Amino acid sequence: MADDIILEARNLVREYRTKEGIFGKEHVNRALKGISFSLERGKTLAVVGESGCGKSTLARILTLIDPATAGELLIEGNPIDISKEKLSKDMRSKVQIVFQNPYGSLNPRQRVGDVLTEPLMINTTMSPAERRDKAMEMLVKVGLGPEHFNRYPHMFSGGQRQRIAIGRALVLNPSLLILDEPVSALDLSVQAQILNLLADLQDEFNLTYLFISHDLSVVRYIADKVMVMYYGEVVEYGTRDEVFGNPQHEYTQTLFNATPQADIAHIKARLAASH
Amino acid sequence: MALLEIENLTVEFDTVDGRFRALDGVSYSVDAGEVLAVVGESGSGKSVAMLAVMGLLANNGHLWADKLEFEGYDLLTMSAKKRREIIGKDISMIFQEPIASLNPCFTVGAQIDETLKEHTTMSRGERKTRAIELLDSVGMPESAKALKKYPHQMSGGQCQRVMIAMAIACKPKLLIADEPTTALDVTIQKQILDLLLDLQKESGMGLIMITHDMAVVAETADRVVVQYKGKKMEESDVLSLFESPKNPYTKALLSALPENATGDRLPTVSDFHLGDEGAA
Repeated sequence: MADDIILEARNLVREYRTKEGIFGKEHVNRALKGISFSLERGKTLAVVGESGCGKSTLARILTLIDPATAGELLIEGNPIDISKEKLSKDMRSKVQIVFQNPYGSLNPRQRVGDVLTEPLMINTTMSPAERRDKAMEMLVKVGLGPEHFNRYPHMFSGGQRQRIAIGRALVLNPSLLILDEPVSALDLSVQAQILNLLADLQDEFNLTYLFISHDLSVVRYIADKVMVMYYGEVVEYGTRDEVFGNPQHEYTQTLFNATPQADIAHIKARLAASH
Repeated sequence: MALLEIENLTVEFDTVDGRFRALDGVSYSVDAGEVLAVVGESGSGKSVAMLAVMGLLANNGHLWADKLEFEGYDLLTMSAKKRREIIGKDISMIFQEPIASLNPCFTVGAQIDETLKEHTTMSRGERKTRAIELLDSVGMPESAKALKKYPHQMSGGQCQRVMIAMAIACKPKLLIADEPTTALDVTIQKQILDLLLDLQKESGMGLIMITHDMAVVAETADRVVVQYKGKKMEESDVLSLFESPKNPYTKALLSALPENATGDRLPTVSDFHLGDEGAA
């Protein structure tokens, strides 16, 4: 059972220190106030919360971009502290991220082929031909074709760009993928395509997802477990059915009540109330 | 008489690849006291029609219409001076990105004051009182202090409240809200939508909600127009649209909602064959 836990966070804390002017008083902002959770291989954990709740700070710590101020982070059972030791390339490949805005996260001057082969160039010892083959293979996996290899990001639609970003994240065969609002910039029908693609890829590669989102309808669709954050704290953590069926914390209930609903009974109730 | 009447409106843009038709023969109308939702995905032309009404099309835009009337005034032949009297006073608009649509160089107070100065004969003191009153009505905490703040000192939700305050400053007859809550958190979204609907009920103005979010439509609209690739696909009251969508595109859009998912996969628009029927 313990082998199945791919990621464990114990009491993660992250502080940002700012000063007003050089002689000003130091101001400490605790973005994460002791977060603990664990993530099983092949499952999806959704992190829900509004702006400023620390979702993205958490994503930066988990992708090993920023160190935590305190607390422990274990990936496949190994404790990791990037503020003390340098990361091995192997470790780098384990966790990858897909960002929210596919228009901002791809370099406009880089061809799609280079976007996909760059991580391989840095982190592996593959030959150029092998890298190219791997990138081609990845393009097909994410639903694009080899003919897209030499094109630039501006020649693609938002949904296609998000496919490229997913391909870039998967090209190193990571076991954990952090998805930071991957569909919130996309149209409804494109959102459905990307969610389907993520589900297919998860089955194929036994991937583990940490899915950050503010959209509860998407979370309900994709998540196995749900974690609700509010001002740097976890206020609710449980399986999807527990959280959606019987939310305990007041904030979770507020969040559910605020979410617009598209079912017919709800529309009828609204129309009846207004007349 | 309808408040705003659009008949057979076509908008084209000059591009390097020739003319691009963004809107193709679209007709709809809004009555006073009504909430009309215009739904569509990016590229459906839902904003372009409203920009045409506001006279905000870019220089490379061209429009034709059989009718484009506000309260019986013809917006197509109207002089620029007359248009300026109406826009911002009788018709006003709220844009998607509140932080980007406020001027970062001026205080919130100055920006609300500008609208009042342009369209009313109030004195300076009266305008200030009215501005505070407006900020109160949109639920801004410490409204008198907020007047002196710059947009960067406020959150996205607060900026959107300021935008709404500016838009309703002269008690418009028609308010156009272009994706007013897309950039906001759900709890803030609820506050803003409730606020817009309350203001609409109170003042009896017409409200056009442009959105891509079917759930927002379900929560707000009386009547719905669905657009796809510059064409109107369907128009009906909100309940029949959700209960029995007629157009294949509307069906596709509704079934792509994650909450309507049955089974493991979400149907996508391409699963529905939008042939000639869909484009008709």
